Amino acid sequence: MSGPGIPAARGLSRAAVAPVAGHVAAGAAASALDAARLVLLRDLQLAFRRRAQLVQPLAFFAMVTMLFPLAISPELARLREIAPGVLWVAALLASLLALEFLFRDDAYDGTLEQYALSGQSLTSLMFAKTAAHWLLTGLPLAVMAPVAALSLGAPASAIAGIVISVAVGSVALSLIGSIGAALTLGIKRSGALLSLLTLPLSLPVLIFGARATQLAISGGALLAPLELLGALAVLGVTLAPLAAAAAVRISLE
Amino acid sequence: MTWTWFHRLGSPPYVYALAARLTPWFAWPAALLIVSGLYGGLVLAPPDYQQGDGFRIIYVHAPSAWMSLMVYTIMALAAAIGLIWRIKVAHAVAASCAPIGASFTFAALVTGALWGEPMWGTYWEWDPRLTSELILLFLYLGYMGLRAAVEDTQRADRASAVLAVVGVVNVPIIHYSVTWWNSLHQAPSVMRLGKPQMPASMLLPLLLMLLGFTLFFGAVLLVRLRGEVLDRERSASWVRQALHV
Repeated sequence: MSGPGIPAARGLSRAAVAPVAGHVAAGAAASALDAARLVLLRDLQLAFRRRAQLVQPLAFFAMVTMLFPLAISPELARLREIAPGVLWVAALLASLLALEFLFRDDAYDGTLEQYALSGQSLTSLMFAKTAAHWLLTGLPLAVMAPVAALSLGAPASAIAGIVISVAVGSVALSLIGSIGAALTLGIKRSGALLSLLTLPLSLPVLIFGARATQLAISGGALLAPLELLGALAVLGVTLAPLAAAAAVRISLE
Repeated sequence: MTWTWFHRLGSPPYVYALAARLTPWFAWPAALLIVSGLYGGLVLAPPDYQQGDGFRIIYVHAPSAWMSLMVYTIMALAAAIGLIWRIKVAHAVAASCAPIGASFTFAALVTGALWGEPMWGTYWEWDPRLTSELILLFLYLGYMGLRAAVEDTQRADRASAVLAVVGVVNVPIIHYSVTWWNSLHQAPSVMRLGKPQMPASMLLPLLLMLLGFTLFFGAVLLVRLRGEVLDRERSASWVRQALHV
């Protein structure tokens, strides 16, 4: 893939980074790890050229969190009780919102096709893309979650537990979401369908994550739900890129 | 022993004719079993000492819930077979399964809610089984939604097959996480459906209904499969011959 193949509308920022995709395609000699690293760096680089898009899911997360005090009550005692649920529902919705960016541009300008034809394992490239997605959305959410939690009356002692649970849980969310995003590639107005596909599969993450956050706020031992979250993330790492790669191939047919 | 019968299962005209021949073999026993099961369950079985006559909804609820999971498994299995060996008929089977399974799930939810009213005093209780059924309904709706959204039939087949396989891996995880979630928030005082220590006069009709529902599903699946095969092969010459047009 080279410069002239890119529609002018995609703008300079993608064109300038596009040769990285070319390296992946040309590099039959490159190892799968090198290719995955290149894809990861390319996605990060592209994202930092468009910082506004990075901030949107975070702003969305903050806004959803803000809705609850306004809709229910400003009493901190009551808010503290619902804080874990609010945080996780907001995180789930924010990560769902961010999923649209995961493959859309790459599918639009043909980069995904080049990945599929590159001879590299599409599974590892999908894993790299999802990892970049997590670094760009999951990790910032984890950093921001304690701020939201504090505003809902959580004690400062809960911060570490909340960061860890959101960080681990969002790994699983990104991976599950990558399957849904890959399946809905090429479908017009796929937002509602994407949430219908992704949310039921994300419920275990919501349950364990909210439980871990609840325990962090009340000062209990949160290792058990964290371990379950970790198990979901590991299961996702092993299986989700396979399914996402299969789904991308199907949508390219 | 020859394997030709197996290979012929991949041929749409053969499957179309076979499904027509097999349908009565499922439909009649299903009707017989369901009628006798209903008679046994609604008339012959004694009222429950705790729940009175209210428990009798179990004869529709439990088989529906059972079928909702079984149909999902069969659907995912057929989808996986279609995905791996690229068998068109297997995809048609999966596509025919989804609306039936969703209907069973819906029936299980409605009967569960109706049963909950006299037992719990409320139509909806966040009971782990009912919650799992509700999530299963969303899984079915997602599957059918994806199938409807992709225009090309072959792409729809393969994309929805991936979703069905992902879903079937997730169903047990979802079920156990919901059970775990529920055990945290609720005292385990909720009465369980389908206690194993049922007297035979209550259990036998339930088993008849289970078998009857399974065969009923088989019959409906065969009818839907014929429609699905016709729809997919609408431009083929054998369809014109079979329909005499």
